[in-house]
Amino acid sequence: MREELILRVGAKVLAPFIVAFALYVHFHGDYSPGGGFQAGVILAAAFVLLTLVYGVEAVQRVLPPRFVQACAALGVLLYGGTGVATMLLGGNYLGYGVLAHDPEHGQHYGILLVEAGVLITVFGVMATIFYLFAGRRGAAKEDDS
Amino acid sequence: METATDIVLLALLAATALGMVMVRNLFAVVMLAGIYSLLSAGLFTVMDAVDVAFTEAAVGAGISTVLFLGALALAGSREKKRARAGRMQLVPLAVVLVTGAALIYGTMDLPPFGDADNPVHHHVADHYLEETYHEIGVPNVVTAVLASYRGYDTMGETTVVFAAAVGVLLLLAGRARRRTDAAAPRPATEPE
Repeated sequence: MREELILRVGAKVLAPFIVAFALYVHFHGDYSPGGGFQAGVILAAAFVLLTLVYGVEAVQRVLPPRFVQACAALGVLLYGGTGVATMLLGGNYLGYGVLAHDPEHGQHYGILLVEAGVLITVFGVMATIFYLFAGRRGAAKEDDS
Repeated sequence: METATDIVLLALLAATALGMVMVRNLFAVVMLAGIYSLLSAGLFTVMDAVDVAFTEAAVGAGISTVLFLGALALAGSREKKRARAGRMQLVPLAVVLVTGAALIYGTMDLPPFGDADNPVHHHVADHYLEETYHEIGVPNVVTAVLASYRGYDTMGETTVVFAAAVGVLLLLAGRARRRTDAAAPRPATEPE
């Protein structure tokens, strides 16, 4: 798809909006449908779109495979870490009430933190799996020739 | 109106599933699978499960379609001719019929669909619906249940997703590296 001008420009224009929508879905998850999981998938979809149009190499220069693999682990760590933090503050594991003076605010912060963990992991996992498939395409072609 | 929408969506769902079984071109099958997910998302929306519909549309119709296409690029997009094509395959037919009959028999004991008095609505659901706004302060009950009331479950799910990536990494990344290692000296040894 290297020569498809409309696709190239279209993907470039759409990508930042998809990223913004992913962040909206995450941060607005308390009020509307959505949350970390959906946001992570949408965020990954932005880079999938760019990969389909611009090729794996170009996107991996911006978003290296090592980085997305680290993201996959980091999200789980953030989720579990939130639980440890609430324990250190004297509450139960993942009992967010202790994160702020007002327990309701604590719940808000806690939900945002663990959902951010879900977002980072899901984004990292989706991008990792997609890279593995997209990267092998080149390897298979080399085998054929 | 809602019943009509349900019937149309379910009929389309069945038609798509039949199409997936009949069609031999795997590219078309992947596209039909995407349509199937999108129809399911529509069905979930009719049932007011917008969060689930959102996930189904994003994952089922979006990312998995792309991943299937990636797999097709590796495996080829034509289904192999079956060795025993044309012959009636009685054992699979029997398995499908028995499983289907068992599932339908199982639905006999299910509580009526969409009834507000169903047990599932009276275990902890009442508490979530009535107290979420006071205890969590979050208008979207689904988010409150997922991230707060059922925080442990969601952490398990996140770990499962992470484990899936680790599994795919171990299966595909290792082999790809070995392949490129093996492929590198090949031009020198092969006469072509």
